[in-house]
Amino acid sequence: MTVSDELYQQVILDHNRSPRNMRALANATHQAQGINPLCGDEYTVYLAVDAGGIIREVTYEGHGCAISKASASMMSQALAGKTIAEAHGLFDAFHALVLGKAEAATPPCELGKLKVFSGVWRYPARVKCAALSWHAMKSALDGQGKTSTEDAL
Amino acid sequence: MRTEATGYPIERIRADFPALQQRIGAYPLVYLDNAATSLKPQSVVDTVCRHYREESANIHRGVHHLSQKATEAFEGARDKAQAFLNAARREEIIFTSGTTGGLNLVAHAFGAGLKAGDEIILSTMEHHSNLVPWQMLRDRTGCVLRFIPITDDGQLDLAAYDAMLGPRTRLVSVVYVSNSLGTVNPVARIIRAAHAHGARVLVDAAQAVPCRPVDVQALDCDFLVFSGHKVFGPTGVGVLYGKYDLLDAMPPFLGGGDMILSVTLERTVFNALPNKFEAGTPHIAGVIGLGAALDYVRGIGLDRVAAHEEGLRAYATALLAAIPGVRLYGTAPEKSAIISFVLEGVHPHDIGQILDSRGVAVRAGHHCTQPVMQRFGIPATARASFSMYNTRAEAEQLAEAVRAVKEMFA
Repeated sequence: MTVSDELYQQVILDHNRSPRNMRALANATHQAQGINPLCGDEYTVYLAVDAGGIIREVTYEGHGCAISKASASMMSQALAGKTIAEAHGLFDAFHALVLGKAEAATPPCELGKLKVFSGVWRYPARVKCAALSWHAMKSALDGQGKTSTEDAL
Repeated sequence: MRTEATGYPIERIRADFPALQQRIGAYPLVYLDNAATSLKPQSVVDTVCRHYREESANIHRGVHHLSQKATEAFEGARDKAQAFLNAARREEIIFTSGTTGGLNLVAHAFGAGLKAGDEIILSTMEHHSNLVPWQMLRDRTGCVLRFIPITDDGQLDLAAYDAMLGPRTRLVSVVYVSNSLGTVNPVARIIRAAHAHGARVLVDAAQAVPCRPVDVQALDCDFLVFSGHKVFGPTGVGVLYGKYDLLDAMPPFLGGGDMILSVTLERTVFNALPNKFEAGTPHIAGVIGLGAALDYVRGIGLDRVAAHEEGLRAYATALLAAIPGVRLYGTAPEKSAIISFVLEGVHPHDIGQILDSRGVAVRAGHHCTQPVMQRFGIPATARASFSMYNTRAEAEQLAEAVRAVKEMFA
């Protein structure tokens, strides 16, 4: 396995090159900033949740490496249309995946395209990159304004 | 492939560093993270091991054989550090935990004599370790911090510096060689200007001592600090040089064993230099290992190392600059072999990761110099830093790996 097979799969490179939903969200009901003080990566994640508790839209803005950017981009797609409970479930599944504990935690099929991050756990320094926007999303839903990878994980 | 300058014993030097004999996956290790820490020659590893194996004992107080041997080796390392820096007296060499330890010592002990309104001049180029202790001192004393700006090519703006100097300037604390830009600052000139205003000067020589001869008397610096681990010695140990009269007049920093002459429940008579500033059992093995490291570099000769690294710097810079999309940060005329760069459209961490997959070790990030990143409006750079054991072939492997990154992200 090479680093491009494991970490920089084509899907990740594509989302890095053309990140989806990368913008602020004027009608956001939830938002939070995620920062990784060790590497300076930072993203603000915005969510628009409707009265029925359905996540209608997820966007983000900020900067970071290809792993963190592709992760935010793919998260924004994966969460649209999900309930808050499903978003928390997906957080847990994704978190387990990037820590290399996916099998124990959840049926991997739930993650769908997000499984391209399954090689990240082999690169411990990059786990925080993949998890950064997800932690920000969770903080936003939990009503916290800011999260740091130094507290999370 | 270009060969090394004739007469430089590159093969012998490389053979002395066991870490260089490794492969990273299918690739030979290309270690270009020397500004973070250097690799260690076998002689340093052996010296540290021998200390623990044969003479592990506390120093300065034992009457027994092992303690005396350890004390001799420890104090021998002080003599070596004195010779390495050409300090006038051995008591001017204080062993610390590293550059950060030395800077904090001066910030506390010299800083104890500062008052509100006194000015300290730092630069925008400083490592966080030469910023944070002074910010903490400012918050304790109300002294004022001023910062020498950086020019577009990564030099200190000396005209701005000269204009900052004045009757309130008490201390100038500047980096000799920038760890993120590679700039070699004209510290002798900076020191002369400060002295003309009666200010003292501290030089952060962490990146300078591994690659150029440093003579504290020729520089006429008042304080100078460096770390053992960047000059091929162990981690957790470093040197503070200070002029004797200055150190003697300063109060101690840490209190404890070894820094006292006598203690009653009510008061203490402090020990003389250098012990006054060496409270507690020090990193004995580390200091002795540092002595071996200084022997090693003196054996090669820092003039020769400097010439070798200048060749590497010029060669590697040209190779990287020739890659479309590469932008170099730090293009001052006087530079060490520290090359910071970004690649258009690729985050430095991704560069570092992919280089690692090809055996090339570089650092990616802000290099503990966030104000430098802010100055240039970038979050991070990739940094290749060369040392005495690196080769032009390795510079070529770096450039080839950077091209591979570019291709992957195209």
